[in-house]
Amino acid sequence: MQADYAIIGGGIVGLSVAWGLLGRGHKVIVIDGEDGAFRASRGNFGLVWVQSKGMTQPRYAEWSQGSAAAWAGYAAELAEETGRDIPLDQRGGLDLHFSDETLEKTVAQYETLKSKLGGNYPYEILRGNALRREEPHLGPKVAAAILHHQDGHTNPLRLLVALADGVRKRGGRVVNGRRVVEAAKPDGFRLTCDDGTVIEAGKVVVTAGLGAAQIGPQLGFKAPVRPQRGQVLITEKLPKMINRPSLIARQVDEGGIQIGATNEEVGHDDRVTTPGVAHLAAEAVAAYPFLARAQLVRSWAALRILTPDGLPIYQQSREMPGAYLVTCHSGITLSAAHARFLPEWLDATEAAPNLEVFSEDRFTL
Amino acid sequence: MRYDLIVLGAGPAGLAAAREAAEAGLSVALLDEQPRAGGQIYRDVERAAARRGDILGADYMHGIDLVRGIDTAGIRHMAGTVVWAIEEAAEGISVSCTREGRATQIHGARLLIATGALERPMPMPGWTLPGVMTAGAGQILLKASGMVARRAVLVGSGPLLYLIAAQMVRAGVPPLALVETQTREDFTGALRHLPGALRGWRYLLKGARMLAEIRRAGVVRYRGAREIAIEGGEAAEAVRFTAGGQAHRIACGTVLLHHGVVPNTQAARSIGIAHRWDRAQRAFLPQCDAWGATEQPGIWMAGDGTGIGGAKQAEIAGRLAALDIACAAGKITTGDRDLRAVPLRRASRGELAARPFLDAAYPPYAGALRPEDAVTICRCEEISAGDIRAYARLGCLGPNQAKAFGRPGMGPCQGRYCGLTVTALLAEAHGRSEDETGYYRIRAPIKPVTLGELAQMQEGEGFAPIQGETH
Amino acid sequence: MKTVSRFERFEAGDTVTVHWDGAPLDLPEGANLAAALLAAGIDRFRDTPVSGAPRGPFCMMGACFDCLVEIEGVARQACMIEVRAGLDIRPAHQSREGQDAL
Repeated sequence: MQADYAIIGGGIVGLSVAWGLLGRGHKVIVIDGEDGAFRASRGNFGLVWVQSKGMTQPRYAEWSQGSAAAWAGYAAELAEETGRDIPLDQRGGLDLHFSDETLEKTVAQYETLKSKLGGNYPYEILRGNALRREEPHLGPKVAAAILHHQDGHTNPLRLLVALADGVRKRGGRVVNGRRVVEAAKPDGFRLTCDDGTVIEAGKVVVTAGLGAAQIGPQLGFKAPVRPQRGQVLITEKLPKMINRPSLIARQVDEGGIQIGATNEEVGHDDRVTTPGVAHLAAEAVAAYPFLARAQLVRSWAALRILTPDGLPIYQQSREMPGAYLVTCHSGITLSAAHARFLPEWLDATEAAPNLEVFSEDRFTL
Repeated sequence: MRYDLIVLGAGPAGLAAAREAAEAGLSVALLDEQPRAGGQIYRDVERAAARRGDILGADYMHGIDLVRGIDTAGIRHMAGTVVWAIEEAAEGISVSCTREGRATQIHGARLLIATGALERPMPMPGWTLPGVMTAGAGQILLKASGMVARRAVLVGSGPLLYLIAAQMVRAGVPPLALVETQTREDFTGALRHLPGALRGWRYLLKGARMLAEIRRAGVVRYRGAREIAIEGGEAAEAVRFTAGGQAHRIACGTVLLHHGVVPNTQAARSIGIAHRWDRAQRAFLPQCDAWGATEQPGIWMAGDGTGIGGAKQAEIAGRLAALDIACAAGKITTGDRDLRAVPLRRASRGELAARPFLDAAYPPYAGALRPEDAVTICRCEEISAGDIRAYARLGCLGPNQAKAFGRPGMGPCQGRYCGLTVTALLAEAHGRSEDETGYYRIRAPIKPVTLGELAQMQEGEGFAPIQGETH
Repeated sequence: MKTVSRFERFEAGDTVTVHWDGAPLDLPEGANLAAALLAAGIDRFRDTPVSGAPRGPFCMMGACFDCLVEIEGVARQACMIEVRAGLDIRPAHQSREGQDAL
């Protein structure tokens, strides 16, 4: 099998990049794993989110803002081509605070970031009646909320299926159930899968999530990624109760309320735990007391793909030019950027975004 | 308080195991969802036996002894306890559950999963309409509530279909018809198992007697039924099918479906016990040894949840598991365990003798194993067979990716009534085996729990473990 | 919704008054709630949140969740509940405010 680009990893990140590359007229093959592989694409929180990102690296905040701004057009294009609706609500998102102390601390950080971003950080603080007008079902324990107008949420599973369809409809080829075990560059790139399939490509993009730690070094990457477990809950389908998403809970378009998420350093253990889900439930009930009567129908745990500083890596291999590593833990928010801006960078066009600060060189210091 | 053994499920396997273990000196917590012991097969037996034992028959009445057997020191029967999480704990197992509206945890050194079976999913046009129920549901209504469906049509195959038909006849409300899906060829093919089955002659004789009862009552039987569909707008109104080359339509009030039962694997899967596809039973079975011990330390399984063998076999398996558990706990010697197992194993061979014959003679209805595109296969999320086939074309190799793509198995039943169908459809689409295709990853909560109950479990939020009252 | 029951019932115990969808209804005390509603001629317990299709009891053993009803604001399986006086039972989730999806 031959292609201009081989994408290793068929999750949201890989499919977004593939879709963008196909739009630029490239021949693309995506190599995707087994049904039981670790897949952050089906275990995430579905936010298209800006606030709190890039507190220490304004470029990351900008990159997220750029993606969030491109999201509606991107989703519409994908929907148009596939006939699959991708629900998107970008009326802003909330950061709920149970105390003024945490609120003030966060606001101070936001102000610093805002000045670095030239003032482009539209947020407001909601309290009391103003907050209850926006979210009538919030409980009395919530002291205040930061409403950031660039935030929103989508249905990440609808995005996943639309991308799986869209990539095929644009003529992309996806090979499922395979893992790349060997990568070499005799002339072009030559990838060998665990079942013996060989794929030849002019360029290779590694979007394998945690799998990058295995295949990355063969292509000259350090790929310093580690898993971080996030447990998430979802309730039965309920009538509309939550207006805007927050980091604690959001109501999905199908009606279920999603509650998240834990941050646990437990290696590759992706089990849910009773203490984990009980903690999430307690926090959600504190924020939205009506949830005490809601039935929890599912919980799951997925593994975030984290770098040492939590920021994405966009890196071209020095040892094997033409190989790229793309990894992040915000594949939903950045899906639009990965489909619309990243292909320019991979093709090294004049319109390529400047992604220098996201080089993995930063970890050698 | 930590129990020596936690038993999940108070059906024949769990009841027999609890008693055997308690007699060996173990402290036992017997957890069950229902308000009264017996499981589904002996549902409500203590109350129902006196009122309608004549209708339900002697096999059912046998359950009384089992239920009374747990009224002994060392067993705490926790009825009405809904288990929603099972986890490894520091020394043993912890089970999270809801009792009387409160969440709690029960700790045990060992666990026996005896959660029984479910009716095999039987998706067909109209099967989600009110008035369509499983045959098991029809029987539960009779046992626990003294109710029989008027103007019922029984659809499917297998001995349970005859049993409930016979019970309906005895109750004076015979079904309108039996629409049976097994064919003459199935029966001929099963004959090679007949010599072995003769050791289980009691079952065959019972079957023959039930059929005679049904025939005497004038109940119409159709065999080899195909293209079955249930008609109705707000509720079931009629069953349509073809049999013997002719199209039929029977107007009715209730449709009872049955084409075999399969292990309920939710609890075992939630704690990571490996399952393999069994071709004879056409179901995934948990991997355990001849004592019911799984590969996970401290966890045993018994009863129909390990493979369908029926109530008597479940009772035997429960006792065998309890002997092994007592041995592991140091209460009896290996020699003692093995000696006491001898008569149980002999009885077990008799119980299982007729199985291969019955499995072959009454196979599942093919039309429901791989339904047509328009048929709803996930009742909760209303996903059709055609949807699953479309996800297969988009690269879904297994049920977990299909679940992400289209939500089958995401509703409150958590795939209990669609899991096997999704596996079958994906396996067929990709030409892969059921084992390669796999099954849903089952996680807690295996039964829904309110967030309020869960939140109570946060330390300092009023959560107190249950105090033991046994001994 | 309420019609003649599709079931023959052999025994009648002492009844208590509950409410179904706002209207009083006498059901046998201690009976299985799903069974008692069926015997009272109610076989449409709820409409699905996905397509609005009618549903009623299917498995009667707590596995299928088709018999969901709402009691005191909580969705419960009717087949896992016993009748007691004063139960306020509604089809699942029709009593909550607001029906718009996102």
